Amino acid sequence: MYQYDQYDQAMVDARVEEFRDQARRRLEGKLTEDQFKPLRLMNGLYLQLHAYMLRVAIPYGTLNARQMEALADIADKYDRGYGHFTTRQNIQYNWIKLDDAADALADLAKVEMHAIQTSGNCIRNISSDHFAGAAHDEVADPRPYAELLRQWSSFHPEFTYLPRKFKIAVIAAEKDRAAMRLHDIGIRILKNDAGEIGAQFYAGGGMGRTPMIAPLIRDFVPLDQLITYAEACLRVYNRYGRRDNKYKARIKILVHELGAAEYTRQVEEEFAHMLSAGVEPPREELARIAAYFNDPAFVDGPKTIDRSDPDFALWVDRNTHRHKHDAYVSAVISLKPVGGIPGDATSDQMRLVAKLARDYSFDELRVMHTQNLLLPHVRIADLPALWAALDAAGLGSPNMDTIEDIIACPGLDYCSLANARSIPLAQRITERFAANGRTGELGELKLKISGCINACGHHHAGHIGILGVDKKGTENYQLSLGGSEAEDVSLAKITGPGFDEDGVIAAVETVTDVYLGARQDGERFLDTYRRIGMEPFKEALYG
Amino acid sequence: MVDARDLGTSPDEVQFRFRDDEPADHGTITVDACCDQTNATAVRIEPGDDARVLLPFLDRLALIEVNFPGFGDGRGYSSARILREAGYTGELRAVGDVLIDQLSHMRRCGFDSFAPDKRLDEDDAARAFATWEKVYQRAADVRRIIADIRHEA
Repeated sequence: MYQYDQYDQAMVDARVEEFRDQARRRLEGKLTEDQFKPLRLMNGLYLQLHAYMLRVAIPYGTLNARQMEALADIADKYDRGYGHFTTRQNIQYNWIKLDDAADALADLAKVEMHAIQTSGNCIRNISSDHFAGAAHDEVADPRPYAELLRQWSSFHPEFTYLPRKFKIAVIAAEKDRAAMRLHDIGIRILKNDAGEIGAQFYAGGGMGRTPMIAPLIRDFVPLDQLITYAEACLRVYNRYGRRDNKYKARIKILVHELGAAEYTRQVEEEFAHMLSAGVEPPREELARIAAYFNDPAFVDGPKTIDRSDPDFALWVDRNTHRHKHDAYVSAVISLKPVGGIPGDATSDQMRLVAKLARDYSFDELRVMHTQNLLLPHVRIADLPALWAALDAAGLGSPNMDTIEDIIACPGLDYCSLANARSIPLAQRITERFAANGRTGELGELKLKISGCINACGHHHAGHIGILGVDKKGTENYQLSLGGSEAEDVSLAKITGPGFDEDGVIAAVETVTDVYLGARQDGERFLDTYRRIGMEPFKEALYG
Repeated sequence: MVDARDLGTSPDEVQFRFRDDEPADHGTITVDACCDQTNATAVRIEPGDDARVLLPFLDRLALIEVNFPGFGDGRGYSSARILREAGYTGELRAVGDVLIDQLSHMRRCGFDSFAPDKRLDEDDAARAFATWEKVYQRAADVRRIIADIRHEA
């Protein structure tokens, strides 16, 4: 994985000192809260209901054991002994004191980490396929491109006061495991007919209160023009994105209002201009970065294992993913225990996962946008030992992509924007399905919960989505069906009137009953919904 | 429509200037007025103005001000770079809600003079201008970026 050189290190160190100075000037009254707010946001400090939250960047979700241990130490030193892994492949700490923030950032810088641009109206942490570099189906490892974009977007002088936040995802497979088309810019690395690698650009996707699927704006950008094209996309947005209304300020509104064709025309014009201005880093830089992502020294080994323990066999079937080397798999570490808080991990669990990464995965870990962790390169022969260690620590839930693998935002338990609680609902739904024993029978079923219209819990992209709203002072939950964040991307549709907490849990059970009654061979919930439409579900819910 | 003479009646207080030439005789006009008025030498760009409208007139302009009515509106950064990319070499002045923590980015986008509404602390500003010893991306300054330095022979 990528390692900082003296220049990268100097940049994060300079940033820590800059933030210390900003905090000092805030305390001395030289900066008003309004002036300080965007500065602290761009250093990951976000004011929640009860305290400051610190959001630490995990670029494209990749980290090593030493970094995970540092995250555990921060949880103990500055927080309450746990952290929350997010849909941006980041980690959030919920109980940070402003006085401690600069020290926490300095601790991060010691292990080549930072909280730069994890909030604020700027280019955010670049996300990617969590199986990058391990998956059997990618044309290249997307992370070198993501790292090139990380450096380009860090402290970009022109794009630090954008109309609104800006999220970029990079993938390199036909299968989309990063919700690529629900990003402000989605980039898919691919090969053209001539066998050359380049980048497909999608622009104007997003969730939030106005969900949009990003249209394709460029079929193939040569690799030595990647940064230039991204810069052109951003410049058009910075100049013409709406600034009169923060709810209409994301690029998706600009692309929608202009039309994809007109936005593309403006980008192409700017792109032609920028090609002549020359903003691309030297081509050798991509090669330098890519060298850090060379394969580890895989060794041949057994391709099968003893499956006589049914619990172990179930975990292998559900939580491992095919690797490009046939003696290896990628192993998902579920942060979704039945009745638990989706994405939360204690410092002890983080340290254990770090140790397991050292022992079994070439010192490498991933954070998934589904709020789970991942060991990308595990020898099939090591799976029994790995599973035993995970299971003993409460990290062995065999539930990847099942109804228990719920994405949920922090909701009203933490977030000042939320209208309703998400976490208790997720906890109760997992308990319900664990008790009724249907989890396995239901197969792949992605349930996503947001506690408000901002959609941090990706409810628009859930096979089943739940949106918490405030209805005359009480929490109310809208149910939606048919969303997908994957290559078959679609936006979920609302079933009808909302429910109270008990009601929405019953409603989730009802729609799964409809599915089980109607499904044909091999259909997922989503497939059945797409075949039979909303009516049978509505009938069962409200009929 | 704003009368051209209404702008710039009180001279900016330029607090930081990175040029050796004499400051231009002040008296800026709007972008619209600049297009009609063939002898204007100073113009002020507002956030919603298209800086490219000025490109035919760059030769006669000695001062272009870019107004930041609020520091959070970043359109002026693009305006500045566009002007520099087009070869403008005159004075490019950031005016309005210009604060310490925007100085280094503004400088990189091509601003070479600064007239903040409220005078800034000199020490804080000096520190801010020097924040980034090296930089990652190309901008309107001529600094070699980190990637260039890495691949020097």
